[in-house]
Amino acid sequence: METSMWRALLYLVGIMAFAGVNAAWLGWCERKGAARIQRRIGPCEAGFAGLMQPLADGLKLMSKQLLVPQGVDGIIFRVAPVLAMIPAITSMAVIPFSENIGARAMELSVLLLFALASIGMIAILLGGWASGNKYAIISAARGVSQNLAYEIPMLLTVITVVLISGSMNLREIALTQQGGFWHWNIFRLENGHFLTMWISFIIFFICSVAETNRAPFDMAEAESELVAGFMTEYGSMGFGLFMMGEYLNIVVGACLTATLFLGGWDCPFGLTPGVWWFLIKIYILIFTFIWIRWTYPRTQIYRLLNLSWKILIPFSLANLLVTAALIKVF
Amino acid sequence: MTVPVHLRQDETFVLNLGPQHPATHGVLRVKLTMDGEYVVKAEPVLGYIHRMHEKMAEEGTFVQFFPNTARMDYLHALAFNHGWALVVEKAAGIEVPERAEYIRVITVELNRIASHLLWWAAFLLDLGGFTPLLYAFDDREKIIDLLERITGSRLTYSYMRFGGVYNDIDDEFIAGTRDFIKRLRGRMPRLYHDLVTHNIILIKRIKDIGLVSAEQCRRYGATGPVARGSGINYDIRKNEPYSVYPEFDFEVPVFNEGDSMARYMVRMHEMEQSMRIIEQALDKLPGGPVMGKAPKVLKPEAGYYYSAVETARGSLGHRLVCDGGKNPYKLKLRSPTFCNLSLFGEVAEGMLLADALAFMGSLDLVIPEIDR
Amino acid sequence: MSGYLSEIVTGGKSLITGLAITAREFFRPVVTEQYPWEVPTMTPLFRGHIELIANEETGEPNCVVCGMCQRACPSACISLDGKKNESGKGKVLTRYILDFTKCSLCGLCVESCNFNALRFSKDYNLASFDKNDFIMDMLKRLEEQNRCKH
Repeated sequence: METSMWRALLYLVGIMAFAGVNAAWLGWCERKGAARIQRRIGPCEAGFAGLMQPLADGLKLMSKQLLVPQGVDGIIFRVAPVLAMIPAITSMAVIPFSENIGARAMELSVLLLFALASIGMIAILLGGWASGNKYAIISAARGVSQNLAYEIPMLLTVITVVLISGSMNLREIALTQQGGFWHWNIFRLENGHFLTMWISFIIFFICSVAETNRAPFDMAEAESELVAGFMTEYGSMGFGLFMMGEYLNIVVGACLTATLFLGGWDCPFGLTPGVWWFLIKIYILIFTFIWIRWTYPRTQIYRLLNLSWKILIPFSLANLLVTAALIKVF
Repeated sequence: MTVPVHLRQDETFVLNLGPQHPATHGVLRVKLTMDGEYVVKAEPVLGYIHRMHEKMAEEGTFVQFFPNTARMDYLHALAFNHGWALVVEKAAGIEVPERAEYIRVITVELNRIASHLLWWAAFLLDLGGFTPLLYAFDDREKIIDLLERITGSRLTYSYMRFGGVYNDIDDEFIAGTRDFIKRLRGRMPRLYHDLVTHNIILIKRIKDIGLVSAEQCRRYGATGPVARGSGINYDIRKNEPYSVYPEFDFEVPVFNEGDSMARYMVRMHEMEQSMRIIEQALDKLPGGPVMGKAPKVLKPEAGYYYSAVETARGSLGHRLVCDGGKNPYKLKLRSPTFCNLSLFGEVAEGMLLADALAFMGSLDLVIPEIDR
Repeated sequence: MSGYLSEIVTGGKSLITGLAITAREFFRPVVTEQYPWEVPTMTPLFRGHIELIANEETGEPNCVVCGMCQRACPSACISLDGKKNESGKGKVLTRYILDFTKCSLCGLCVESCNFNALRFSKDYNLASFDKNDFIMDMLKRLEEQNRCKH
């Protein structure tokens, strides 16, 4: 591929625009979705059907005073929200939106995405510690142990996908799934992989809900117990950046799930593949994230860790062994 | 979950579950000494909303205390109205006509269902499930609309008087109540039990949390669903009956496990039993006046009087001292939530913070009732 | 081992049931009453603040300034004055002030009036920036009501 400056600039602007629009309007989607599940209306006053609401919220957040309490670690306190946004936007550089739309198709893009996810985890830890607030420290500690525990089954299930596709390049993985939904990794009708792939999908989906700190796994920002968790001391745009970082993490998680398991930009019947199918898939997955959040209560921290260490890891290890055995046999 | 017993001073920190906190319902301050996530010592600090209701009783006449009764426990205000009416009727020897007694029972039981619905909503909100709040409030809104038809108020009712009730009920109220009971019975299995009670996340969250033994309940004087969840079969409506409760056929749910799940199930079953009582009362409702003969200026004989009613939170006692004048000499209220809260200090030791909050939610606290 | 697996299965089923219920509620109509455009009507017995009842023909208040409502109020919200009636017996009302900031809507005043002079109004959406708007002059309110009637 050419490496002209125009191409780089176009992708830069495009990804920033995509990230910005998603971060803002996903808030609108969440509020409307939650409202309809609860049989209320949600935002409806600001603009048609409340679509200007995210702009109003952004304006409000920017006009508030950025309070830095006394006694916090000055540099880390200011850096933590920015650090929460960086991995999410950077991850979008390697995601293949379509056969020809993708900023950089690297050979090790899966590894890059997981490395960047760990940086997001550090942002939570720094934000909680630098606040100097006891609630924040408790929530940061919970967040770190949760993220650590759920990265392991996530990696194990992604290894099964890599074994089947034969490469760590996200674009290659998506290319091997073209041609209709029976080729998608979640179904994988050849070589008997259909026995194990749906388990991988479910485990990966649960882990991505836990990695992005969404309910029912939102121990780090448990609203009713710890006021606002690690975000307690942040006002104005610091809080805004954490929220946007969380929504962008959800988008990246959905993109990853769609690429690894649902065939990327492929149409279910193999007719007209294109970027629009990719977008439809990620928005259906994002709606599922919202749906799950507003249905279940929160788990308890030790139950959460039990779920990961005692249920998800044994299942994903067994899954990996069976997949490897099937590849060897067939 | 056990916690090491001997901790140095610098190994623990003090966390204030401050007067302003989303999970303490009202202004309650709990000083928690914590070791990481474990609670080593819990000390509730009260008094942030003490408004001297008992002193206000001494300043005005007997009937002027009715607005105060509703403002103490605003979730089950009609039971507090009922309790005050009962103790003064006992002191002054006032007779209440039968229709008024039936209306009192119907409205008190409707209010009990509303209180339990709000408890359910707030408990789940503490645990992180935001949707059941809206479903419960949909039903609660119907109850409040019904009660507004006859009492004129939505939350702080000043509906009962000595000798009966203020207004009579009409046919629309009766039809509306029957519709409401049918509607709630239809929604209960799906929206309340399938969505929440059988949910594995909720079960794991409240089963075996906050074990309260029957002996602890006796020591602290806990009553109501807290005691009935630990195996103590005591309900004032059955054990020391008042008003027309002996004429109704209802059960008192008792569970023996003593954990938060048991208290949860006691309240859910109590809602069903309240609906049974209301149906029977509507079927048997007699005609007649709704206000008995009561003197305009009430001067009961001097003496000590006590009477107790069963509110949604436990046994509420009124101890009235009269000296023959037209003001009460002294009134003391035995608040059920005060005794329930005192369990918290002992039981919460060694628990995780989130478990301690789940336990507090299952105790159903209304702080203005504790502080009066 | 079998307990472990059966718990996973029943747990998973309960989670799916929960999702199905919220999905069904998603498609049902909204129960919100959208306030400024859909105004609720108050029931006949609704307790708004009190107001004076006027005599049907003369438009004058029925009040004879006996002071029972003032004595019955637990919060000392009512203050009223009267002067001697020149043409006839009794007193005529000259001032009736209700301090609504302290009123608890208990109804003892309406109950204690023997002359049918007080009732509850149906005003519910009272909001103001100034506390003095709620020290209400009942005679002025009665005059405005009479004016609007004719």
